[in-house]
Amino acid sequence: MSGLLARYAAVAGEDVIEQLRGLARPLAGLRVVHVNSTRVGGGVAEILVKLVPFLAELGLRATWEVIEGDERFYACTKLFHNALQGFPLTPTAAQLAVYERTNRDNAESLRPALRDADVVVIHDPQPAYLRECVPERRGRWVWRCHIDLSHPHRPVWRYLLPRVAGFDASIFSLPDFVQRLPHPCYLIPPSIDPLSAKNIELEPAEIAAVRERFGLDPARYLVTQVSRFDRFKDPLGVVRAYRLAKLHVPGLQLVLAGGEAADDPEGAEVLREVQTAVGDDPDVRILLLPADAHRTINALQRASDLILQKSTREGFGLTVTEGLWKGKPVIGGNVGGIRLQVHDHQTGFLVDTPEGAALRIRYLLSHPRIRERMGERARAFVQEHYLLTRHLVEYLALFHCLLKGRAQRIEVG
Amino acid sequence: MSAGTTGPGPFCVMDCSILARTTGLEAQSLRELRDALLAVDPASLYYHFWGGLLRPTFDDPEYMNDFAVWVGRDLRDGQLAERLAMVDPVVHPTLEDLRAELVDLCDDRLDALDGPAWVDRRRRFYFLAADIVVIPTGRSVASPDDLPAALALFSRGAIFYHFVDARRRRDDDRDDLRAWIEDHDGDTYAPVAARLAAVDPFQASLARLRQQVIAAVELGLAEVAR
Repeated sequence: MSGLLARYAAVAGEDVIEQLRGLARPLAGLRVVHVNSTRVGGGVAEILVKLVPFLAELGLRATWEVIEGDERFYACTKLFHNALQGFPLTPTAAQLAVYERTNRDNAESLRPALRDADVVVIHDPQPAYLRECVPERRGRWVWRCHIDLSHPHRPVWRYLLPRVAGFDASIFSLPDFVQRLPHPCYLIPPSIDPLSAKNIELEPAEIAAVRERFGLDPARYLVTQVSRFDRFKDPLGVVRAYRLAKLHVPGLQLVLAGGEAADDPEGAEVLREVQTAVGDDPDVRILLLPADAHRTINALQRASDLILQKSTREGFGLTVTEGLWKGKPVIGGNVGGIRLQVHDHQTGFLVDTPEGAALRIRYLLSHPRIRERMGERARAFVQEHYLLTRHLVEYLALFHCLLKGRAQRIEVG
Repeated sequence: MSAGTTGPGPFCVMDCSILARTTGLEAQSLRELRDALLAVDPASLYYHFWGGLLRPTFDDPEYMNDFAVWVGRDLRDGQLAERLAMVDPVVHPTLEDLRAELVDLCDDRLDALDGPAWVDRRRRFYFLAADIVVIPTGRSVASPDDLPAALALFSRGAIFYHFVDARRRRDDDRDDLRAWIEDHDGDTYAPVAARLAAVDPFQASLARLRQQVIAAVELGLAEVAR
């Protein structure tokens, strides 16, 4: 077994690696090209940076291509992103022209790879126009939509629909996110990499150092929410829940850890509101961490007694997965992918209000054995269902389905 | 080596992976559930009865299919949930028979209700379907005596294929392992086969099912040794 496979076997189990090898064996040499719009930053790049080498390790000829564009292109695709999630934004004809031209330009440089690939996986709307630019394509094309498409701004969806309808299949994270399309829509939730800096086991000394760095008292309870300062993450609701819980848990500490908000006007505004709400409370830390502070986030999650993700709207919620993987019960908003991960009394609690969150904080902090057992179940749950290895199993199964055509039962080998 | 998993040769260990896909059908009320049950692809019935074991869920173990879970938890109709939960998919020779029983139960309930409940859109029921990819592992078991060690290496997919999917796939209501043991040397290993027959594959997670199967085999082999 190679070093990479052996490392994952130690975490995910040898049976899982055996399953991967069994699925990959008949696909040896399959040319798979993933295309997205950024090499670094964002959840898609985080997944591809591990998924593609893993596929290659399993014998597939997997590569990862990144399209390039100028500011006008990214302004248009950001508008797409927001509009597809429901904001009433409509691109101008000039913006759409930039979008199509950028895809055509990228198609020229990527043409040999895209033309000869057996499977092309296009991530999100940014490169979705590429398919039309490669009419001589030979393989199967899949559109992997990471966005919640449940309530798209219709004019933008009307533009995008003919672009993606021609693909052979789509992948969504949740059934709630799917729009009707004239091809099979598969459901593959995202995953976390247990060996990444964000999730790898840490020595107690490193966790203690992070605690000390931020002035957190190890003798008192700590609850943490890791997320952008975004209204949908409800940081003000978290502060309210903390205040209510603190009436019964006097020493309670709260960490709100998010990324830099300098390039996000709304993020800066939300951050100011949170700072105002917190005031001079010495037991609350509002942390603005750089994008690469993965080990710090990891240590903060591990230092916490509970993880909060009190979103009022959420995609899949990988911060929930990360918290569960660290053996922490999660108190999460009753929305989106959080509902797939947080199961009442099993891995945490779903809540609809700050009061609900406060109630569950009180309950869990008062019952250490229940908290501990829930944490054990949470980690086992993620190990079984939300690690990178499961994600790979489903991608390989998808490749079999694409290559064999529509069949409900595919016997391989 | 037997091509399937039964017959006099070794037991060939298979693995499988299930891929979920949407069907485009959904329900927010009992009537919508009933109408969609009439129309949906049989692969969706398979997914909602059998596929749950391969999915991340802690759903109420007393409700052993997704329809019962949704009716009980979201529609909050305990009576119908209990009846749906007691539908045994294995006794139905075809998925169409299974579909007919589900529709009958919904119709009976609709007849009895003045105004069936509905749920908000966040709690709607999505009819999904399963595509199943079956792969040989290349591993085999020569004798029932080797089973405890071999079973410990079964993936969740292998457990699902041989103990859950088998009940749908085979026409004799046996799991693959029991069938192989009975065909291999049924007289000698009858205690093992009997213990396997007593394992209910729909009552536990796949990880726990694996433990139950190993325990059943070990106890059966101990009886054989006595």
